[in-house]
Amino acid sequence: MNVPTVNPARVFVPRDAAARSVGADEVAERIAAVAALAGREIELVRTGSRGMLWLEPLVEVATPGGRVGYGPVTPEAVDGLVAAGILDGADTGAPTSLGPVEDLPWMRRQQRLTFARVGVVDPRSADDHESYGGNAGLRAALDRSPDQVVEEVVTSGLRGRGGAGFPTGIKWRTVLGAQDELKFVCCNADEGDSGTFADRMLMEGDPFTLIEGMTIAAHAVGATEGAAVEGYVYIRSEYPDAIETMTAAIEAARARGWLGAGILGSALEFDLHVRVGAGAYICGEETSMLESLEGKRGTVRPKPPIPALAGLFGRPTVVNNVLSLAAVPWILANGGAAYARYGMGRSRGTSVFQLGGNIARGGIVETAFGITLRALVEDLGGGTGSGRPVRAIQVGGPLGSYLPVGQLDLPMDYEAFSEAGALLGHGGVVVFDDTVDMSLMARFAMRFCAEESCGKCTPCRVGAVRGVETIDRIRAGEEPTKNLLLLEDLCELMTDGSLCAMGGLTPMPVRSAVKHFAHDFGVTP
Amino acid sequence: MSVTGEVGTRADRVRAVTRAHEQRRGALIPVLHAVQHEFGRIAAEDLPVIADVLNLAIAEVHGVVTFYRDFRRAPAGRAIVRICGAEACQAVGATTLAGHARDRLGIGFGETTADGTVTLDEVFCLGNCALGPSVEVAGRVYGRVGPDRFDGLLGDLR
Repeated sequence: MNVPTVNPARVFVPRDAAARSVGADEVAERIAAVAALAGREIELVRTGSRGMLWLEPLVEVATPGGRVGYGPVTPEAVDGLVAAGILDGADTGAPTSLGPVEDLPWMRRQQRLTFARVGVVDPRSADDHESYGGNAGLRAALDRSPDQVVEEVVTSGLRGRGGAGFPTGIKWRTVLGAQDELKFVCCNADEGDSGTFADRMLMEGDPFTLIEGMTIAAHAVGATEGAAVEGYVYIRSEYPDAIETMTAAIEAARARGWLGAGILGSALEFDLHVRVGAGAYICGEETSMLESLEGKRGTVRPKPPIPALAGLFGRPTVVNNVLSLAAVPWILANGGAAYARYGMGRSRGTSVFQLGGNIARGGIVETAFGITLRALVEDLGGGTGSGRPVRAIQVGGPLGSYLPVGQLDLPMDYEAFSEAGALLGHGGVVVFDDTVDMSLMARFAMRFCAEESCGKCTPCRVGAVRGVETIDRIRAGEEPTKNLLLLEDLCELMTDGSLCAMGGLTPMPVRSAVKHFAHDFGVTP
Repeated sequence: MSVTGEVGTRADRVRAVTRAHEQRRGALIPVLHAVQHEFGRIAAEDLPVIADVLNLAIAEVHGVVTFYRDFRRAPAGRAIVRICGAEACQAVGATTLAGHARDRLGIGFGETTADGTVTLDEVFCLGNCALGPSVEVAGRVYGRVGPDRFDGLLGDLR
């Protein structure tokens, strides 16, 4: 076989936590050892993950025709693969030999705007960020006034990717209009929803893009017009790799003059700090997160006042999810109108969907809003990992609805989901096969709420405990019809009587489970 | 790693750790992380010291320590093993794995084995939802952990 050689061979192995969880470190070590033994010089780059998690550890090798992939690779297989010529990008003929990675159907189906560099660049390298088009958004922003930056984001139609879907530009406009000498830009990276991992993968795979997005936000809310602006990234403690990578990237950005005074030679001054959570799911709720950043118990605040006017330490504060902020550099570099060309209805742009649970091909799918749930679960995801029929899909995390297969044709769109009594949330899609007992999943939703409630609102704090007890009685066959009525009543109370989404939306998975899977509760629908 | 060089009384060391962070905004949670990193737990006797340096009421510090799951008042075993119990991992057998782990170690969640080797706990999501069941052992995440792989991970600890 005549394969043009790249010398030294450039080999890419993810350092992403998911890839590491199935042996990427061991594979990288083995590749380095085998190459050294063979006297072959290689450059080993630890990237983020492409998001094709079923193929991890996915090894890529640079060739003149682009990067070719091999996966999943086990440490034991490395010797054989190197002997078969993978350091020259050879086709080994085995199923693990994937060919050009960008040409894989999973990748071709996507529109990667926010995730364009994840899995491609070395996340610790500021040079890589620049050479792959980074900072174009920040430069474009610095050429504009704060007003113009805000209007570009408004034009893009970008809505909060954390789940609430509030227009990001409108939030920024409010903070810009608030007069104060000190303002804050806070990134909510407390990604606690089961089935979501895009924030983590972005922070581990392309942290400079998040830094860039936050810096643009600082400019947009008035950092060059008399207000001092400070940034915080609140990362959950369950993500040690993301904490490490973000911290390293922030230091590298400071060293480059991308943070601090006179950013990129402009008048902009902005610095950014990582704060680590402490194992409280509720701190993903924005006002709880602010309390936690202030060093307090993470209890929810009533709104108003809205954080945009009186947020962290009472100052005007932008609170945005990782994916919202990371979408901004592309928007500024390419224009809000270009971003708004993607999507459907009032859901503009792309969203980063995450396929997890019992799924054959799990991972990251960034695509325009409007793709159907079926396309995600069946076409891209390949159905269940167990090979059994799909029975239920939970979209939007622990506070999202369980959908039956009859709703697979729903388009991924905020409004379409809302009409169907469901929510998109942070874009997590968790698949269950036909062995699932939905009464247990409803019980878990209540138990999770009982565990994680901040305790401020009685319907949430006490209601969730009563919810577990009531579902236990239903499961035991004690007057199921009567107890289901009681459960419904409790759900109504929690929905109406809780300050935030924890108590207010826990009824979503519970009610949807009862509605669509009544058999599991011992009643005939 | 110790910022205090492990000299002086515990109170002196807690004071030094707290002082290292006191200039940060809302310093209490970074301080508590640092104290726990240094001593493995946050003891009742540490609270007045932290409160004094940060000019807080002892009750405020106590309130924060007890609110967050990460902060432990009792020492943990040499390795903390946490099993993900969130929905995505439940969809691929996390409940069975949790039962296996409890049987295997002879302890429940939040407990430590008699020999002090392992503290077992539950965690809600490690962000590894496409490669579950996920388990964290001594700060490192492992994916696709069935009962056999779990036993192997335990074996590596002993």
